[in-house]
Amino acid sequence: MNPFSSPTRLRDMIRAIRACKTAAEERAVVRKECAAIRSAISENDQFFRHRNLAKLMFIHMLGYPTHFGQLECLKLIAAVDFPEKRIGYLGLMLLLDERQEVLMLVTNSLKQDLNHSNQYIVGLALCALGNICSAEMAMDLAPEVERLLLSRDQNIKKKAALCSIRIIRKVSDLAENLMSPAALLLKEKHHGVLIAGVQLCTDLCKVSASVLEYLRKTCIERLIRILKDISNSSYSLEYDIAGIVDPFLHIRVLKLMRILGQGDADSSDYMIDILAQVASKTESKKNAGNAVLYECVETIMGIESTSGLRVLAINILGRFLSNHDNNIRYVALNMLMKAVTIESQAVQRHRTTILERVKDSDASIQKRALDLVFLLVNETNVKPLTKELIDYLEVSDQDFKGDLTAKICSIVDKFSQEKLWYTDQMFKVLCLAGNYVKDDVWHALIFAISNAPYLQGHCVRSLYKAFQTYSDQQTLVQVAVWCIGEYGEMLVDNVKVLEMEEPMTVTESDAVDVLETSLKNCSSNITTQSLSLIALLKLSSRFPPTSERIREIIMYHKGSVVLELQQRAIEFNSIIQRHQNIKSSLLERMPVLDEMTYILKKASTSQANVSADKTSKSNSRASLKLPNGVIDAPATPDLDLLDLSSDDNPANASSSNDYLHDLLGIGLTNTESTGIAPSEGTDILMDLLSIGAPTVQNDISVSDAVSSNQGIVPATKPSSTTQVMDLLDGTPTNTKISDYQKPVHPSIIAFQSNTLMITFTFTKQADDPKVTQIQATFTNLSSDAYTDFVFQAAVPKFIQLQLDPASSNFLPANSNEEITQSLTVTNTQHGQKTLAMRMRIAYKVNNQDKLEQGQVNNFPPGL
Amino acid sequence: QIHFVILISRQGKVRLTKWYSPYQQKERSTVIRELSGLILTRGPKLCNFVEWKGFKVVYRRHDSIILVILNLYASLYFCICIDPDDNELEILEIIHHFVEILDRYFGSVCELDLIFNFHKAYYILDEILIAGELQESSKKTVARLIAAQVNVTERCVSLAF
Repeated sequence: MNPFSSPTRLRDMIRAIRACKTAAEERAVVRKECAAIRSAISENDQFFRHRNLAKLMFIHMLGYPTHFGQLECLKLIAAVDFPEKRIGYLGLMLLLDERQEVLMLVTNSLKQDLNHSNQYIVGLALCALGNICSAEMAMDLAPEVERLLLSRDQNIKKKAALCSIRIIRKVSDLAENLMSPAALLLKEKHHGVLIAGVQLCTDLCKVSASVLEYLRKTCIERLIRILKDISNSSYSLEYDIAGIVDPFLHIRVLKLMRILGQGDADSSDYMIDILAQVASKTESKKNAGNAVLYECVETIMGIESTSGLRVLAINILGRFLSNHDNNIRYVALNMLMKAVTIESQAVQRHRTTILERVKDSDASIQKRALDLVFLLVNETNVKPLTKELIDYLEVSDQDFKGDLTAKICSIVDKFSQEKLWYTDQMFKVLCLAGNYVKDDVWHALIFAISNAPYLQGHCVRSLYKAFQTYSDQQTLVQVAVWCIGEYGEMLVDNVKVLEMEEPMTVTESDAVDVLETSLKNCSSNITTQSLSLIALLKLSSRFPPTSERIREIIMYHKGSVVLELQQRAIEFNSIIQRHQNIKSSLLERMPVLDEMTYILKKASTSQANVSADKTSKSNSRASLKLPNGVIDAPATPDLDLLDLSSDDNPANASSSNDYLHDLLGIGLTNTESTGIAPSEGTDILMDLLSIGAPTVQNDISVSDAVSSNQGIVPATKPSSTTQVMDLLDGTPTNTKISDYQKPVHPSIIAFQSNTLMITFTFTKQADDPKVTQIQATFTNLSSDAYTDFVFQAAVPKFIQLQLDPASSNFLPANSNEEITQSLTVTNTQHGQKTLAMRMRIAYKVNNQDKLEQGQVNNFPPGL
Repeated sequence: QIHFVILISRQGKVRLTKWYSPYQQKERSTVIRELSGLILTRGPKLCNFVEWKGFKVVYRRHDSIILVILNLYASLYFCICIDPDDNELEILEIIHHFVEILDRYFGSVCELDLIFNFHKAYYILDEILIAGELQESSKKTVARLIAAQVNVTERCVSLAF
């Protein structure tokens, strides 16, 4: 690089860079320039230093690395003349940030410049210091800046004030030193100095409480006078913006007044008049005026003002809401949300305007308005508000529907006083936006319906009608299908007609038609179809003549690809065909879900588990796993009908979600299939009501259904059979909470396939809690006998296993006889880990070797 | 408090950045990228405030109708990032204040002016804001100060860029 050739001018470089068509070209140009600059730097070129720095700054703005130029800034700053210093400081502010150590080197130059005779150079130094100084620099140079606060030049004063702001932000201890100079600044006339001074005071107050006290005592009068002057003064050419004299000063003074008046009744008293004046006098046609009004409203709400003044403020906000400028509306809504807690009456008056904002075109305004409406709902206005919101739901955009639906549902839920209104509103929401309704919402709805017998007829009829028009809304279909299944006869026989209902005749086959449609509808998801199948089954019991037709419909799904549907189809088909005797009692009306426990549960889980709810919702939606395996929490005696702990989540997260979920027969099979038997205890009832964990096999040998407790009622533990039989006898199905005790160590089905079943019964010695005796019972479920029957087991390291010899190794067919074998397990981590075991069963059938393997995961806890 | 000021063209090119809070170089480019994505895609009817990472960003779009062949209808986005409890409407006024002063200085400012004379734009900004706070509410005073400093510059040995 020829040291005598002058490098390109700045303009030329910029032009060259802009002329580049591709990024590669640009990089090439930049690289060349940087090389030139670098060599100039290394040769300590003084003449073009400023130009090179300017170029470096431009290159930096393009995004290229320029740290090699940082020291150049220092050299320029140290130069004698103003222009070089100026570009040097600019480079400093642009290329460095406060965390760089290079910055420290500037401190000396800064000090000299702060003491310079040329006021513009002092200005440069103050500006740079104010924008970029670090804490150490602040400490070093604070005395200089303080001195400059008292200078006579306005320009320096205001820059010094702003620079001090940065200093105290970095080193808050220095605040007290600046207290009196800052207060003095407020006596100035020059607006720039005033603005800087007021801002300095504000920041001082934020940092130090003692300064706050001091300023409160000395400055309030002054501030009020300033505000009066600018508010009352007529047109001023220099400071006028949109008809307001210096709105910036207005706003800053108002802010400082807010800080001084907060929490202090005396100071607030002084301010009330001037605030009222500003609030009423300021013109609000342009943004400047509105900005002042906004700050004024914030101040009024922030200090201890009279309620009259507050109402005035809220009315201003109400006016803002109708402004056609989006920004003003946004700002007003924000402010109103804060104000609702303080002056909710006044805000209520603007309810209609707020409601209008829900229909705004700007999404963030819509959302805020909706949140605000939600805060304003109370018992008196809930009905008209809901009506408005539901009307809007019909026309709102897709993105907003989800939010809107959720809010409407929670409003209806919280404030409904009568069930009839609640159910009607919910039906409307389901019709309009059923696809956005969350699961727990419609579960709650079904819950309410089942608890309101006088409404059931009305509900089922409304749902039937709604189904005719809105059958694409999934949740509507689900609720409708469930109700028709449960209360079908009310629909057909017009039971419990309420006064306002129109007469309607529905035949049995119409009802079945509805279910058939929902099954066949291609938009129905698996949940809907499963619900429909169960509902059909229930109808086949309630409307015997339709039984055959229903059976055909169900049979259609015998070959369904979806496991759940196929299984249900087969099970239900077999019930219809072969088990007429128990069918009616099997399909009795669902027990009334206990409201109290449900509400308690919901309240306790909803708060703590808003987030867990979401995860469990996503879990349950993703895998729809059923409670399986071990229940974590020890069962309390008032375990109600619905309490099922969810699978992996801790007991707490058995949110209202899950148990109604299962009650309504939606659960799908667990994807793990080997050897996992349904859990013990409470699930029995769930299973009975056709919801429980279905058995593992793909085709249940139905013939053995009743005898070996398989089939519809998945195999239950022998010890609990009595409970099952009680239910089958049709004992009243009220939640017999106290009667139902969970056995402490119930037996489990350790393994089950279509050829073999293994049950474990447990006994524990009183002396050693770690040791458990297991009695294993093997049953042959096939029609061939097994010989050479050998059972092997493997356990994890923390368990010790001892196998006693089996009673025999010949297992006759068809469960005629059983083999028993004793195992002793010692759980060294008793209390921390539950038992687990892998099994291997080898036997010969028809002279062929067979091997079955499985894993036992459902050991009861406490073993 | 204002945390930073960014001027972006509609194509996403950065014309001016001023940082009043500590942001390292890497952070700066990330911020610029994120904000450009957020702001440049907003529809015209939406309000001028965006919530971003716990801060509020106020932006305003200025269309200049200068008829330089290369830049018909170039428009610049002025973005300012503030604390959530600051007065957004005032920031809109500050942006307007800045643009008007630029306008007076350059005589109907357009994007090209800001590109070729970026250092002057920075000088002007430095007379309006320091430490993220407003410095001077009078456009006349700002103009006067800038003119005076230009004078001083010219009195020294002429240093051509």
